[in-house]
Amino acid sequence: MAINWFKYSAPTTFYPLAGKLIPWFAVSAAILFAAGLYIGFVVAPADATQGEFYRIIFIHVPASIISMFLYLVMAGYAALGLIFNTRLSSMMASAVAPTGALFAFISLWTGALWGKPMWGAWWVWDARMTSELILLFLYLGFIALHASIEDPRRADRAAALLAIVGSVNVPIIYFSVKWWNTLHQGSTIKYSGTSMHIAMQQAMFIMMAACWLYAIAITLMRVRSIILERERNSKWVAQLIEVKS
Amino acid sequence: MNKLTQLLILIVRRDLVLAMRRRADVLTTLIFFVMVVSLFPLGVGPEMDMLRKMAPGVLWVAALLASMLSLGRLFSADYLDGTLEQMLLAPQSLSVLVLGKMISHWMVSGLPLVLMTPVLGLQFDMSVQAIGVLMLSLLLGTPILSMVGAIGAALTLGLRGGGVLLSLLVLPLCIPVLIFGTGAVQAVSGGLSVSSHLSLLGALLVLALAFTPWVTAQALRISME
Repeated sequence: MAINWFKYSAPTTFYPLAGKLIPWFAVSAAILFAAGLYIGFVVAPADATQGEFYRIIFIHVPASIISMFLYLVMAGYAALGLIFNTRLSSMMASAVAPTGALFAFISLWTGALWGKPMWGAWWVWDARMTSELILLFLYLGFIALHASIEDPRRADRAAALLAIVGSVNVPIIYFSVKWWNTLHQGSTIKYSGTSMHIAMQQAMFIMMAACWLYAIAITLMRVRSIILERERNSKWVAQLIEVKS
Repeated sequence: MNKLTQLLILIVRRDLVLAMRRRADVLTTLIFFVMVVSLFPLGVGPEMDMLRKMAPGVLWVAALLASMLSLGRLFSADYLDGTLEQMLLAPQSLSVLVLGKMISHWMVSGLPLVLMTPVLGLQFDMSVQAIGVLMLSLLLGTPILSMVGAIGAALTLGLRGGGVLLSLLVLPLCIPVLIFGTGAVQAVSGGLSVSSHLSLLGALLVLALAFTPWVTAQALRISME
């Protein structure tokens, strides 16, 4: 039996599939969030040096990792859309962007909240914090460019090109910021998570999975809205139950 | 001389002539640069020690902003009178045409800033050696700003509020140039070797030279279709 791999690459078939998948991702994200937060805040012991303050890493670390990874996902979808001219890929790219920006913001915000009691400052010009901030700017640039072009096809292609240029630039920016920082001064405090307690590890992994599932669920929800908006004049949209009623 | 070089020279000369006919545009960029740099001592106070330390950063950031200011004009005039459309239809390589426009943009908006730097450096009490390195770093760095900026200018062609959007897109991409540019001057003030910073700037310049004309050409095609 030949499997048609491209069956779900059309908005017509992807829309109902996404609708079926969303509850699964959303519910499992909610369950894992509850479990992760419970283990992180109740079960895991207080840290020897950082006390209770360290618990914010259960949100901070997953948010940072996902914010970086989502940029690659976004650029990947954008590139697919640009190269193969598939509409759904471009829609996915613009659906991923706000979630990526949100995670970058959460990462900066929780980092600041953790930095105040630990370093005594809301913000230090640490290499990682600075590159996270620049990442947020890159997301905002993508969203702003997409939003300010009226024609959706041109917006997709222009934003895709920007995302690709950005992803080529990300390593250059990262290393330049890193060298910039080390040239000025060494990192004030080094992160030493060598021997993590087992409950801490569990909480971290569960929170990571929860953030992933949340990101997938919310992206699918957003891409469904985008599909409806773009295809509003087509026949199959007019026949949907949720559109009719 | 081969055809591509001829084409390149033709485009550069054409854009320079056009720029000289509207000399006010060139001067505004330069005046903006001088003004922004002169505002800093008024903002932070006249202590010479601090100013000397800040000078490379201030001049670099001002150069960055000044080049953003002039990027909007890179393609807009040709876009409005239809020349750009003809360029896209021309049988010659669009990348070379774009490269020519980048070069002339740099000669009009980047080079004057480099030449103005010594005067401003003296205002900030920089040493002669530091001024020399600063000029060298600007000389290597400002072409990168023109070239990376051209991508943004092509993407935002004909959009409402394109100017602010352009800065939003391009400034994050220019951060490495800023870091290595100012780093070189700080290294020479601290008695360290400047060659690593300048080599990295040179590497970025070569990278930009290789890729940005083609990317900008693609961006123009997207914007004009």
